[in-house]
Amino acid sequence: MSKANVTMNVRKLSDRASVVDIHGEINAYAEDVLMDAYTQANVGGAHDIILNFGGLEYMNSSGIGLLVTLLIRVNRQKQRLLAFGLSEHYRHIFELTRLNEAIRMYDTEAEALAAANG
Amino acid sequence: MTTSSTQPDEGKPRDAAYWAQPVSKLKVSDVPAGAINLNVAGRQVVGPLQGFGPLWQKTFRVRLSGVTATPAEVMRVWKENFPKFQPPENRFYPPMTGIQPGAVVFINGKVPPWPGGPAILPIASGVMILYSDDESFTVMTPQGFPEAGWNTFSVYEEDGCPVAQVQTMARANDPIYEVWFRFLGSSKQQDRTWSHVLTSLAAHFGVQGQVQMHKVCLDPRLQWPEVKNLWYNAGARTVFYLLAAPLRWVGRLFRRR
Repeated sequence: MSKANVTMNVRKLSDRASVVDIHGEINAYAEDVLMDAYTQANVGGAHDIILNFGGLEYMNSSGIGLLVTLLIRVNRQKQRLLAFGLSEHYRHIFELTRLNEAIRMYDTEAEALAAANG
Repeated sequence: MTTSSTQPDEGKPRDAAYWAQPVSKLKVSDVPAGAINLNVAGRQVVGPLQGFGPLWQKTFRVRLSGVTATPAEVMRVWKENFPKFQPPENRFYPPMTGIQPGAVVFINGKVPPWPGGPAILPIASGVMILYSDDESFTVMTPQGFPEAGWNTFSVYEEDGCPVAQVQTMARANDPIYEVWFRFLGSSKQQDRTWSHVLTSLAAHFGVQGQVQMHKVCLDPRLQWPEVKNLWYNAGARTVFYLLAAPLRWVGRLFRRR
């Protein structure tokens, strides 16, 4: 079983919103990287956490499970989870797993940020 | 969990072949012999966000000490013998094509009506294979199933030893099931089921496995808007279906005449 093959860069876009740029693979081994990124995104008390999936290369069902875990944490902090940059394939997976009903999806970072600030 | 013996289609993500196609409602084409085709066709699939009860993540693991097979080899055996490794009260009916993304596995099970009681209450339903690769597969439940969520079956290597794992991420689908899980022993029965599956898998490889279990409540809230899931309760519908069997038999008799 391979180890974590993902990097996540956190950018603070405003007082309200942070972006997590995901590059690589989301599988069971990505848990620590994803939760560390969430902790960084929380610094300063962001209300909206925006996931950038433009660099996502691979995701399995354990990876989707991690996103559910993250979503639960975000909801418990009364924050919002948004996403952009999903390819058609990963949009389909979000629809299939019904994550799209809980994570708002946008085409671009600008649209996601506008929703966050709106 | 990222390896595969199949070549992905050119231009598609590497994981594309492992995921089921999006479906609005489950369709059933072939029903394996012996399976009750009930509470599956026409149902939507539901994940851990859609159910009623608290969200639990349960992880069951067994180390296959001394086994030299690779995780992919162990998983192949697991998939091929998936129904055989279940306890007697659970009958699983995978399709002839095997564990493939998008396929439906019919389940005819029985649950205890009271804590510690015998598993006698019938329930017929099924699950959809959400994801399947060489070292793992995940099933997703439909409306009416006792749980809303996913079960992932996987094999990985740890310190040179294959480890088989079942991880569930699910919540009770409706208030009746929540009572079952919380007060009537269904949660413990489920724990016994997955321990039995892993022990059977280990025994297949000649190992007397010790199953480790870890439970985490990810979300303790009850999702009251999901009370509406009661309408699809597969347990209640199965009981009504079986009670009405004599009426269906008489109806068929009259139609023949």
